[in-house]
Parts: sequence; C-alpha cells; structure tokens
Amino acid sequence: MKYIYDLHKTMLARNLILVYEGEFTQEITKSVLAMAERNMDSMGEESSIKRKVFNVMVECLQNIVKHGEDFNPFNEKKNSAVFMIGKQETEYIITSGNPVNEETVPKLREKLERINSLDKDGLKKLYKEIIKNADLSEKGGAGLGFVDMARKSGQPLQFDFEKMDDNHYFFSLKTTISREQA
Amino acid sequence: MEIINLEGTEDTPKIILDKGNGIFEISGRSLPEDSAEFYAPILDWLDAYSKAPNPETEFVFKLEYFNTASSKLILDILSKLEDISGITVQWYFHEDDEDMEEAGEEFSELVDIPFEFKTY
Repeated sequence: MKYIYDLHKTMLARNLILVYEGEFTQEITKSVLAMAERNMDSMGEESSIKRKVFNVMVECLQNIVKHGEDFNPFNEKKNSAVFMIGKQETEYIITSGNPVNEETVPKLREKLERINSLDKDGLKKLYKEIIKNADLSEKGGAGLGFVDMARKSGQPLQFDFEKMDDNHYFFSLKTTISREQA
Repeated sequence: MEIINLEGTEDTPKIILDKGNGIFEISGRSLPEDSAEFYAPILDWLDAYSKAPNPETEFVFKLEYFNTASSKLILDILSKLEDISGITVQWYFHEDDEDMEEAGEEFSELVDIPFEFKTY
C-alpha cells in the first residue's frame, strides 16, 4: 500500500492540484474543467489568470480526445492518457501525456518548434494565417490549438517524445501560465 | 423565418436568431465536441437569412470563452455576415478580458464588416 503514500508525496512535492489518468472524452473534459475551475475559484485566483488556464486546459484536453484514441498500443486501455495541473508560487503548469504514432512525431516536432521560434506578433500572424486558410480536419480540429496555447502562455511550449515501442512514442507537453500580472 | 433559440450549456453557447424581432445573438461558452456539427444549422439559417435580410442587422457576440475549433466556425459565420448589407457586429467582452477583446479585433481584421466593441 506504500504506493498510495508515495503518489501522495509526489503530488505534494510537485504541487499538483489535479491529476487525471485514463480515458479522455468530452464528458471527462467537462468534469476536469469544472474541478479545476472550482479549485481556482476557491483559491481566489485572478479571473484573467483563470481564463488563460481554462483556455490552455481546453485545448490540451480536446487535443487528447481528438488525437489520442487511435494511437494507443494497449487496446484494452484505449484512449488512455494523463493530464495534470500544478500550481506553483508564480505559475500554473498544465501538462499532458499521450501515446502517438511514430509517423506523427516529426510533424508534431516541426509544428511545435516553429511555434516556439515565433514571438508574440509572429504567433498572431500564424494564427490568422491558419484560421483564414484551414478547413477543419476530419477530427474537427482547426490546427490552432498549439498556437493558441503558446499565445496564452507567452512562453515556449515544452515537449518531449519518449519511445514506448517500435511504433509508438509518448508525447509529453507542458505549458506554463504566469500568475504574475503582465 | 423560423426562430433559432438554443439554451446555453456548459460547453455550447446560447444562440438566438430571430428575424422578426431583430435579435441575433451568440453568447456564453463555446467548446463543443464537434463544432462543425454544432454550428451547421446556424450557418444554414444565415444562408437563408442573407437572401432576404432586414434593412439593418446587429449581430451580437457576447462570448465568455470559445475554443480554437469554434473560432474557425465564428469566422465562417462572420464570412456569411459579410454578404448582408446593413450588417454591424457588436463584440462584447468582459472589461478585464484583454484576450477576448483582442480576439474580436483579429476577427474584425479578417472580414469586411463594421465592428463595435463593448464591455459588459
């Protein structure tokens, strides 16, 4: 039973206010959002910060719902991914991790690196370019999620790909929202 | 013309499209699972309305939050409004919500429609 205490200690050490592991659906997304909102409300968080965190959470969670499902190699745990929110003294940290197919890794990496190379105006330009030209994908994404997350964060998106097996990588993504008013 | 009157939910906006009373309003939160499907009837309604619009149309957006998939559909709605003469868009944002204000400004730069910005 020690793992319970260990998990508890890890969560405290990392200031995690919410961890969800499992299947991701729109219903789960709504529940997670409601919990996080209630949590921020009860801590009296500034509404502009709350909105930015909410915004990043939505894009992050809906990304997993849209793209997570076909990729998981463990069929009995289809759509399994992890989502966490940490609250530090000066920032919120929104992290997610989900399996992706090996072929999508270079595309994802390229997209995120391009976003991270842009400043505020560059991101604004890219956003407008995509929204003008993009049609919704068959999964219903506009291809704007990461750009929007980077704009709300104002900081680079941190990401990593961990090899799971021959065909799959675990895609981790970390977005920070400063708690200090700009 | 039929009236569209959708109650808002935690992930879909409240929408009223009422030609007779001159009320055209989208408000609340928009993060539906499938935004294209959700907004399809709205776009169809606007197609029909644009064939015989009122002399003046004030279209109100009073959104608290929308996700990126919805932003694409909002642009689709605005593109349809572009074809309607006598159209103005009233873009409401909460007074301390700079992101929503900026989002409105960006939309106004993408379409050829007069925008009025208002706080609530």
